[in-house]
Amino acid sequence: MKYAYYPGCSLECSSGAYDVSVREVAELLGIKLLEIDDWNCCGATEYFSQDELTACSVIARNLALVDPSLDQVVAPCAACFLNLKKTDRLMSEHPEMNRKVNQCLAAGGLNYQPGRVKVRHILDLIVSDIGEPAIRDKVVRPLSGIRIAPYYGCQVVRPTDGFDNPEYPMKLDDLMTWLGAEVVDYPVKAHCCGGHMTQISEPQAFELIRRLLQSAADYQADMIVCMCPMCQLNLDAYQARVNSFFGTNFKIPIVFFTQMVGVALGIDRKKLGFGKEIVSAAAVVVAKR
Amino acid sequence: MAEKVGIYVCHCGSNIAGTVDVEDVAKWAGTHLKDVAVARDYKFMCSSLGQQMIEDDIKKEGLTRVVVGACSPHLHEKTFRRACSNAGLNPYLCQMTNLREHVSWVHTDRVLATQKAKSLVAAAVGRVKQQLPLEPMKVKVNPATLVIGGGIAGLQATVELADAGYPVYLVEREPSIGGHMAQFDKTFPTLDCSACILTPKMSEVGQHENVTMLTYSEVEDVSGSVGEFTVRIRKKARYVNYDLCTGCGICVEKCPRKVVDNVFEAGMGYRKSIYTPFPQAVPRIPVIDTESCIYFERGKCKACQKLCPTNAIDFEQKDEVIEIKVGNIITATGWKMFDCHGLPQYGYGRLANVFTSMEFERLCNAAGPTNGKILLRDGKTEPESVAIIHCVGSRDSRHNEYCSGICCMAAMKFGHLVLEKTKAQVYSFYIDIRANQKGYEEFYQRLLQEGMSFVRGKVAEITDAARRPAEEGKLIIQCEDTLLGRQRRIPVDMVILMGALEPQADAKETGLKLGISCSMAGWYTERHPKLDPVATMTDGIFVAGACQGPKDIPASVAQGAAAAARVMAMITKGTVTVEPIVASIDEEACSGCKICNNLCPYNAIEYDEAKQNSHVITALCKGCGTCVAGCPAQAISGAHFNNEQIFAEIEGVLWDAQPGSEGNGAATPAAEPVGA
Repeated sequence: MKYAYYPGCSLECSSGAYDVSVREVAELLGIKLLEIDDWNCCGATEYFSQDELTACSVIARNLALVDPSLDQVVAPCAACFLNLKKTDRLMSEHPEMNRKVNQCLAAGGLNYQPGRVKVRHILDLIVSDIGEPAIRDKVVRPLSGIRIAPYYGCQVVRPTDGFDNPEYPMKLDDLMTWLGAEVVDYPVKAHCCGGHMTQISEPQAFELIRRLLQSAADYQADMIVCMCPMCQLNLDAYQARVNSFFGTNFKIPIVFFTQMVGVALGIDRKKLGFGKEIVSAAAVVVAKR
Repeated sequence: MAEKVGIYVCHCGSNIAGTVDVEDVAKWAGTHLKDVAVARDYKFMCSSLGQQMIEDDIKKEGLTRVVVGACSPHLHEKTFRRACSNAGLNPYLCQMTNLREHVSWVHTDRVLATQKAKSLVAAAVGRVKQQLPLEPMKVKVNPATLVIGGGIAGLQATVELADAGYPVYLVEREPSIGGHMAQFDKTFPTLDCSACILTPKMSEVGQHENVTMLTYSEVEDVSGSVGEFTVRIRKKARYVNYDLCTGCGICVEKCPRKVVDNVFEAGMGYRKSIYTPFPQAVPRIPVIDTESCIYFERGKCKACQKLCPTNAIDFEQKDEVIEIKVGNIITATGWKMFDCHGLPQYGYGRLANVFTSMEFERLCNAAGPTNGKILLRDGKTEPESVAIIHCVGSRDSRHNEYCSGICCMAAMKFGHLVLEKTKAQVYSFYIDIRANQKGYEEFYQRLLQEGMSFVRGKVAEITDAARRPAEEGKLIIQCEDTLLGRQRRIPVDMVILMGALEPQADAKETGLKLGISCSMAGWYTERHPKLDPVATMTDGIFVAGACQGPKDIPASVAQGAAAAARVMAMITKGTVTVEPIVASIDEEACSGCKICNNLCPYNAIEYDEAKQNSHVITALCKGCGTCVAGCPAQAISGAHFNNEQIFAEIEGVLWDAQPGSEGNGAATPAAEPVGA
C-alpha cells in the first residue's frame, strides 16, 4: 500500500507529534507514505474566504505534484484534507474553474486533471484499508483502563466523504475500541472547537472549548484524542486560559489519535511525540498501564 | 402491392413541439420515407378531431398502415388502435412511436431531438409495413379476487367485493388482520377512536360468508394472467389447529415465556410466545413464535398443549402451501416505518427518552403498555415538556426525498393527546406544515388555539450535553428557528420522532412476483398517476393504500374501494380482451427437444407425446419472447415481434447511417430517400 503524503504546515511545527506518530504507525502497518516533493501550504481557511481561484490554484499545485505513479494522497491535517478534497471537487464540477486553475498551474509548468488523485484521511486509511482484524492482530499493549474521548471536530467528516456519518461519526470510536480502550460516547464529539476564533473573539472561542472539555469531563474521560491540529492546539494550549476564564479546573490531556494507536501497537512512546503536549499525557499513558 | 402508410405526428400542445420541430418531422417523413401516402402534424392527435383525421384518411386515402408519433403507447395506444378499428383497419396495423418520453422530455437540443424523432418515425414506418393483422382474444374472468394485505385498504376492498356477492381471498402475513391502524389510539383530524371504527370492519370480514381469510400466510408465487391467475400461498404453521381452537386464550395466559413485542407493540410492550397480537385480533386463533417458545428451544414445556381445553395445540403442524384461482388481484401491502437509528444526531437508541412515532402510538393507546398514560421510558414520570420532530427521514436527500404526507397531521394528533392527558408544554419542529385535506387546516388552527408551539426549523441535533442549569437532565433540541432567524435550544423531557413512511422491505420482491413495478423510492407504480391511480401496467393487478405511496386512512379507504370497483366491473362484464401477442410453434419445424418447455417462465408450453412436438397454450402465454430466442431450430415466432418486424425497425432507426463505414457494408439504410 503506497500513498502520496501531504503533511501540511501544522505538522511541521505545532503538530509535530501528529507527523511523527503518523509516520511511525504507517510504517508499522505497512503503509508506504511518499511525501509530495516541494509541497506548499494549503491556505487553511483564509484563502477560500478571500478568493476561490487563488485558493484552488494554491491547493491544486499540491495535487499536481503527486507522483504520477500514485493515485491517492493522505492528509492527516483536517484543514489540508478538506481543502484538497474541496479543490478536486470544485474543479471536477465546474469546468470553468478547472480551466482557470489549470491556466494558473501552467504558469509553473504543471497540470492537474480533477479526479486523478483520491484524497484520503489517515483515519479512513487505517480503519478502511487496514481494517479491524489486522489492527486487532497487531495490538501488543492494549489501551485497557484508559477512558478515551474521541474528538472528530468539524472538517474531516463534513461534508460527507462516505467513510463515516457526518452527523454522528463513529469510526474513531471503533478504532479506539479495537485498541482496547474504554471509549467515551460523549454527545459533542463532532462539535466545533472554535478554530481561529481564539484570534478574533476569545470569549466565544473559550466557550466552545469549555463545552468540549466539560462534556468529556462529565463522561469521566481520561484524555481526548483528536485528528486535527487546530482542535488539538485549541483544547490543549488554551486549556489553562479557559480554566482561569471560567474558574474551572480541567486537566485533560489532548493528543493525536495516531499517538495512541502507536502506543497500542507497541511503538516506543519517545518516537510518538509525547511530551510536546502542554497538559501532560504521561500520567494517563504511563500510570493507567 | 406496396403498403400505403399514414404518418401522424403530434405536438402534444408544447410537450413535444417545444423541443422537436414537429412540422419538419412530418414533412420529412412524407417526402423521404418509402410508401408514405399521408404525413400530417396536429396539435392534439388524441383529441376527437385528431382521431377523426386518421379515420377519414384511412377511408379516403385507403391507408393500409398507420404510424402515430406522440406520447407513450402506455397512454394512447388503445386510443389510436380504436380509431383505426373504427375506420375498418385492423388495430394491429397501427404503430405508435414515443416522441414525448423518449425524445422531447429527455432532450434539450432542438436540432438533435428533431433528428432523433425522424429516426424513430423511420423505424416505426419500417416496422409497421411488416406488421400483420391480429385478432384480440377474449378470456373469461374468474369472479374470485385475491386481496394481499389486511390493513385498512385491503379490508375495505375485501368488504366491498364480498358485499357485492363475489368471493374474496384475503391474505395477511401477520397473525391478525387490522394492519397499522389497529395500533393507533386516535385518528386525525376527527379524533375517532381507531379501534372503534376498525374492529367492526375486521369482524365483518372475519365472519363474511364470501371471504376466505388466510392470516399468517404469504403469497409465494403468481402465474397466469388477467381473468385467471393461479396463486400459491404459504400458510405458515401456527401450531394451533384452526378448526379446534375456540380462542379462549388460556394457552396465552399460561405460557411461561414473555418476550418484547417488536411488531404490534413497536417494542414498547410484551407478548407471550403463544399469542394473538391484540385482544380484538381477527381471527382470535393464536400462533406460536418458534424463535422464543421454550418447547422449540429445549424440547420441553408444552404448557399450552397440556392446558388447552380443546386439544388445539399441534407442535407437529407444518407450513401448508395451497393453490387458488382468481380473476384479479388487489395489492394492499402497506408500508413500514423508517429506522430512526439512521439519523444518529437525534439520539434514538442512545437517549432513552427519544421515541419513534409508532412507539408513541402504543404509549398513548388505552390498550397499550401504559394503559394510555404518557410516561417517560422509566414507566413512572410524566413529561413536563415534549418535542415532536417532523420529517425524520422524509424530505431529506440523504434518506427519502419525498414527503411522507401524514406526519404533520399525526404530529398534531400527538400534540393534542399530550395536551389533553398531561400538563406538558408541546413543541413541534417542522419544515412546512402540510395540512391539505378536508378538516386538516381546521385541526391545525385548533392545535394553535390549544397552545401547541410550532417552531419552523429543521432540528440539528438532540443532545443531553447541558450548557445552562435549566438544561441539566433534559434533552436539548438545537435548531434554527427560521421565523425568528436565530438559533434556539429548547430543553424537553420527551422527544417523538415522526419517522418517514417507507415501502415494505420486500416490496420489490412482491412486485416481481406480481409483475408490477416500483418507483425509484420503492412504491408501486400506478397505470396513470392522475387518471388511473389504482390499476397497474399489468392487467388484473390493482394497488390500494400506502403500498402505492404514503397515504392516510381516508385516502387508503378510498383506494381500497376504488380498486374493488374496478375489479367488480371486470367480473360483471365476465370476459376481458387480451392482447393476441403470443408465441406460436411451427409444428413442422419443431424437433421436440423441449428446451422451450423449461425456459417458459409462465409454464405456457406443453409437450405432446403423441405428436412428439411442443405447442403453446395461448391463454397462458404472455408474449415475453424467451422461447422465441431459445429455440435452436427457430421454430417459434412471436406475434407482433417477429424477426422481419424487429429488423425493419432497427434498419429504420439507422436510416442515416453511412453504409459501410466499418467496411462491411452492413448498415444499409432501409428507408432510403425516395428517388435515391
